[in-house]
Amino acid sequence: MNTSTTATTTRSEWPLWEIFVRPKAGLDHKHCGSLHAPDAKMAVQMAREVYTRRQEGSSVWVVRSSDIVASDPGDKDMLFDPAEDKVYRHPTFYELPEAVNHM
Amino acid sequence: MTAVAESLQLQLTPPVRYLLRWADTCLIHAQRLSEWCGHGPVLEEDIALSNMALDLIGQARGLLTRAAELEGQGFDEDQMAFLREEPDYFNLTLVEQPMRRSSAHSPGGDFADTVVRNLLLATWLKLAWQRLSSSADAELAAIAAKALKEARYHQQHAADWAVRLGDGTAESQRRMQAALDKAWPYVGELFAADEVDAAAAAAGLGPSRAELREPWRAEVQAVLDEATLALPAEVPFVATGSQGRHSEHMGFILAEMQSLQRRYPGGTW
Repeated sequence: MNTSTTATTTRSEWPLWEIFVRPKAGLDHKHCGSLHAPDAKMAVQMAREVYTRRQEGSSVWVVRSSDIVASDPGDKDMLFDPAEDKVYRHPTFYELPEAVNHM
Repeated sequence: MTAVAESLQLQLTPPVRYLLRWADTCLIHAQRLSEWCGHGPVLEEDIALSNMALDLIGQARGLLTRAAELEGQGFDEDQMAFLREEPDYFNLTLVEQPMRRSSAHSPGGDFADTVVRNLLLATWLKLAWQRLSSSADAELAAIAAKALKEARYHQQHAADWAVRLGDGTAESQRRMQAALDKAWPYVGELFAADEVDAAAAAAGLGPSRAELREPWRAEVQAVLDEATLALPAEVPFVATGSQGRHSEHMGFILAEMQSLQRRYPGGTW
């Protein structure tokens, strides 16, 4: 009995995509969630359906979740803690003009 | 004590019929698409199909309201949508065919049937909206301009699926071609122009359906080529839904759509 020819390439699940939506021109794309889609183009369409159907967006980015490189939660102290007691790193010593809205 | 809403007695002038053809095609197609709500192959597509159904209902609402204004007896969109008898609906026969759900009269269809029907109809409606957006009737032109953006997306979405499934696995291609062959006998009606079309074209109300044939064929052919699917041969049969003569499936859709408004006239949420 030869079973090697019945090899199937069917994947049980589509890859995961991270979705970034820009609410309006001039603002940054913000991460708003993730979804499954067969490829990049369909991911954009699905993102439009799932995350922007009530006019929340003017632009969408999609990124394969597996392409995102994340910091190790175990390194949290080393990477992020030292900033807390270094007040000179924070831009709190001057006031922003009223016209600057989205810093 | 049982109130039952009476059916509307409409003055079906050519312009009213013309508008009802577009309106009812959107309305019944939306009703069929909504069968997917909660049953989509994946959550994202479930939302997409439901959104498209809602877009189509929105288009139908605008058209029904305008048709009622031209009709002149002061009916509203709900009365127009729910209180007509079957021969006073003028949708394409294609849209009333069973889509997903099975019934005593049909085994129902698969996702390929839906993708194919969406592709054929969205392409047709997009071409129609493009032309209707320069209608002499300002109201209709405004409805069309808004609907055009939606139809472009519907067409794109359907085309993307058609390519992925047609040029997919042997099984998905077989199903797509079968779905295309199944829908094809109803396609002749999309371009079967008559005196209602002629009157609309002459008055600048909108295009004759015959005008849509060539551009439609070109756009559908391009998608099918990419999807490695074959355009079926022309068939002589021309369906008559847009004349008010419907297939056996229409009565069941109307019963489902109308039961509430018939039993509770004027009922609202």
